Amino acid sequence: MTAAVDAPEQESWFHRNQQRIAPWLFLAPGLLFFMVYVIIPVFQSFNLSLYEWDGLGAAEYVGFRNYEDLYWELYDRDAFYISLKNNLIWLILYLAAIPAGLFIALFLNQTVWGIRLYKSLFFFPFVISQVVVGLVFTWFYDPTFGLLNEFLGFFGLGPLNVLGDERFVTYGIIFAGLWPQTAYCMILYLTGLNAVDPEQIEAGRLDGAKSWRMLWHIILPQLRPATFIAFVVTIIGALRSFDLISIMTQGGPFGSSRVLAYYMFEVALSEYGFRMGYGAAIAVILFLIMLCFIAYFLWSMYREEKGH
Amino acid sequence: MHSMFKRTAVALAASVALAAPVAAELTGELRIFLDTSNPAPRATMEAMIERFAAEHPGLEIETTVIDREAYKTQIRNFLTADTPDVATWYAANRMKPYVEAGLFEDVSDLWAEPEIADNLASTKGAMTIDGKQWGVPYTYYQWGVYYRKDIFDELDLTEPTTWEEELANCQKIVDSGRACYTIGTKFLWTAGGWFDYLNMRTNGFDFHNQLANGEISWEDDRVKQTFANWKQLIDMGAFIDNHQTYSWQEALPFMVNGEAAAYLMGNFAVAPLREAGLSDDQIDFYQFVAINPDVELAEDAPTDTFHIPANASNKEAAREFLRFAVSADEQTEINNGANLGQLPVNAQSAVDEDKFLQQGFAMLSSNSPGGVAQFWDRDAPAEMAKASMEGFQEFMVKPDNADRILAKLERARQRIYDN
Repeated sequence: MTAAVDAPEQESWFHRNQQRIAPWLFLAPGLLFFMVYVIIPVFQSFNLSLYEWDGLGAAEYVGFRNYEDLYWELYDRDAFYISLKNNLIWLILYLAAIPAGLFIALFLNQTVWGIRLYKSLFFFPFVISQVVVGLVFTWFYDPTFGLLNEFLGFFGLGPLNVLGDERFVTYGIIFAGLWPQTAYCMILYLTGLNAVDPEQIEAGRLDGAKSWRMLWHIILPQLRPATFIAFVVTIIGALRSFDLISIMTQGGPFGSSRVLAYYMFEVALSEYGFRMGYGAAIAVILFLIMLCFIAYFLWSMYREEKGH
Repeated sequence: MHSMFKRTAVALAASVALAAPVAAELTGELRIFLDTSNPAPRATMEAMIERFAAEHPGLEIETTVIDREAYKTQIRNFLTADTPDVATWYAANRMKPYVEAGLFEDVSDLWAEPEIADNLASTKGAMTIDGKQWGVPYTYYQWGVYYRKDIFDELDLTEPTTWEEELANCQKIVDSGRACYTIGTKFLWTAGGWFDYLNMRTNGFDFHNQLANGEISWEDDRVKQTFANWKQLIDMGAFIDNHQTYSWQEALPFMVNGEAAAYLMGNFAVAPLREAGLSDDQIDFYQFVAINPDVELAEDAPTDTFHIPANASNKEAAREFLRFAVSADEQTEINNGANLGQLPVNAQSAVDEDKFLQQGFAMLSSNSPGGVAQFWDRDAPAEMAKASMEGFQEFMVKPDNADRILAKLERARQRIYDN
C-alpha cells in the first residue's frame, strides 16, 4: 500500500511534466533557428545602424546620425526619397497582379480540351527565374532593337527608351514583375475555385444572380482565403523587389529606379558601398514598413481563427 | 629588335643572379589569389606561376582564381580570415581602405631594392600611401580615343590635337549622320573616364587630384568650366542616344557598324573591336586633345597590382613572387600580345609590337608630363566615386541639370570627406 503511494513521487521531473515539455521540445529546433537567423539579426541590425562601420576597421558609435542623414536625403529629395517613393509605387501597382490573376483564373476555370496545357502556359512565367524575366524584358524594352519599339513604330509612335528614362523606368520594371506575379495569383485562385461550393452557385442562379452579381456576392466571398494569401505574397513581393531592379537597371538611370531593398544593398554591400551602419539604418526603416503589414496580417489571421 | 634582345638578356642575367641564392631556401606553401578570371589573363597568370614554381621546386604553390566582380567583395573576407600570401588588387585610393585597416603588408623594403626602385619608378606614386609602398604593379594600360580611321578618311578628317579641332571634327561627323562617340553608361564608370579627361585637360592633373581628395568644392567655377566644355559636346549630339541603357560592351556595335566614329576607352576595347571584324586599317588611336593650353597633358592609366596581405603566412616566398612578377623578362612575357596585351611596368621590358600598345607606351612615357591618373573610381573614395559618376550619367542625359547635380555632389563631398 505504501509502496503504491510512494511510486509516483519517485518518478522523475521529466516524466511528471512530459505533457507540458513535449510541444516545446518539438518546437525547439524551429525556435532556435528562428532566433538565430531572424530575431537576433533584427536586433543586431538596430544596433549596427547606430554605428559607422566599413566592415574592416573598428566600428564608431554615431548615435542616430545615420537616421539623421536619411532624413536629410528625404528632405533633399535624394536617393532615400526616391527609393521610398518607388517602394510606394511598387506596393500600389503590384497589387494589380491580384485582379489580373483572378481574371485569368476565372477565364481558365472551364473544362475544354487541353485546358491543362493552357493553365501550364499561363503559369510558366512563375516557374522561370526572375533573372530570366528581367533579361527578357530588358531586351523587350531595348531602344534600338526591342520588340516594344518595333510595335510602337508600327503605329507611328515611339521610340521609347523605357529603362533609360527616369519617368518610366520604375513602371517598366513593375510591369515585368507583374508577369510572374499574376501567374502566381492565378494559381492561387484556380485552387480556390476548385473549392467553390456548386450548391451555392446553383442557389444563386435560382435567385436570378448573374455575371457580376454572381461573382461579387457568391464567388468572391468563397475565395476570401485565396485573396488573403494573394494579398500577402504580393505585398511581400513588392517590398523585396530586388532581383529585377538589379538585373534590369542596377538602380539606374542615375538612381531613379532604386527601392529601399536595392538601396540598402548598394550602400552596404556593392562595389562602391561598405557603409554597413547606413545600410542597417535603411534596413531598419524597411523593416518598420514591413512590420505594419506583418502586424496587420497577423491580426487578421488571429481574428479569423477566433471567429471559427 | 636586337637591342630588345640584349636588354632582356641583361635583365634575365641580373634577375637570375639576384634570385639564385634565395631560391634554394624557399619552402612551405604559397597561396595566391587572383581576380584574373577571363580566359586569356587566367592562362597568362597560371603560366607565370608555373615558371615561378619551376625556379622554386621546394615551394608548394596553390592558386585560386576568383571571378573578377565577386573578388571585389570577397577580398574583404579573405584578407581577415584564411588569408592567402599574395592577392591581386588595384592601385591608388582603391587600396586605401585595406592599407588603413592594416590588412596589406608594407613592402617598402622591396621598393628600396635597386632592381625595383630603378625600373618601376613611374608607378611608385600610385603604390604609395603615407610615404610607404603597399604592393607592386604587374600591368597597366592606356586610355584614349579609339576611332574609325575609314570614317575619318571618308570625311577627310585628321586626328585632332586641340579642342577647336575636336569640335570641328565632331561637327562634321554629326553632319554626316553619325555620332562622334559611342559610350554605354549603364554601369556608370565609362562616364568617369570622360570626366577624368575633360577635367584634367581643363584644370590640370593637380586640380583633378585635389578634387578627388575632396579639397575643392564641386561648385567651384573651374569645375563648372569642365562641365561647360562637356556640355558643348553633348549639345551638338556628339554621344549616341540612350547610352544610359548600355554597358560598355553593348556600346561597341555602334562603332563597329559605323554609327559612331570613336570611343574613349581603355586599351582593352581593341580586342573586341578586332573580334567584331574591324581590321587594323579601320581602327586607330589618338591622345585626348588638349583643351586648356596652360595645363600639361595627363593621362589615365589604370594599374593592376599584387599585394601581400598582412596576415599572410609565407611572406618571404610572397616577396620573392612579387620580385619575380615585376622582373623585366616576366613583364615582357606576360604583357605581350599573346597574353595580357597591355603595357609592362618595368622600364627594362620590351613593349609588344602591337600598334596600339606602341602608341600608348609612347604617349605615357613621353607625352604625359602632367602625371598619370589611375581612373576616377580608383582615385576618388568609393562613396564619392559612386555619387559623382551617377551625377555624370545624369548630366550626360540632362545637361541642363548641371547646377542641381553639382550642388548635390557638393553636399555629398561635405558629408563624405568630413569623417
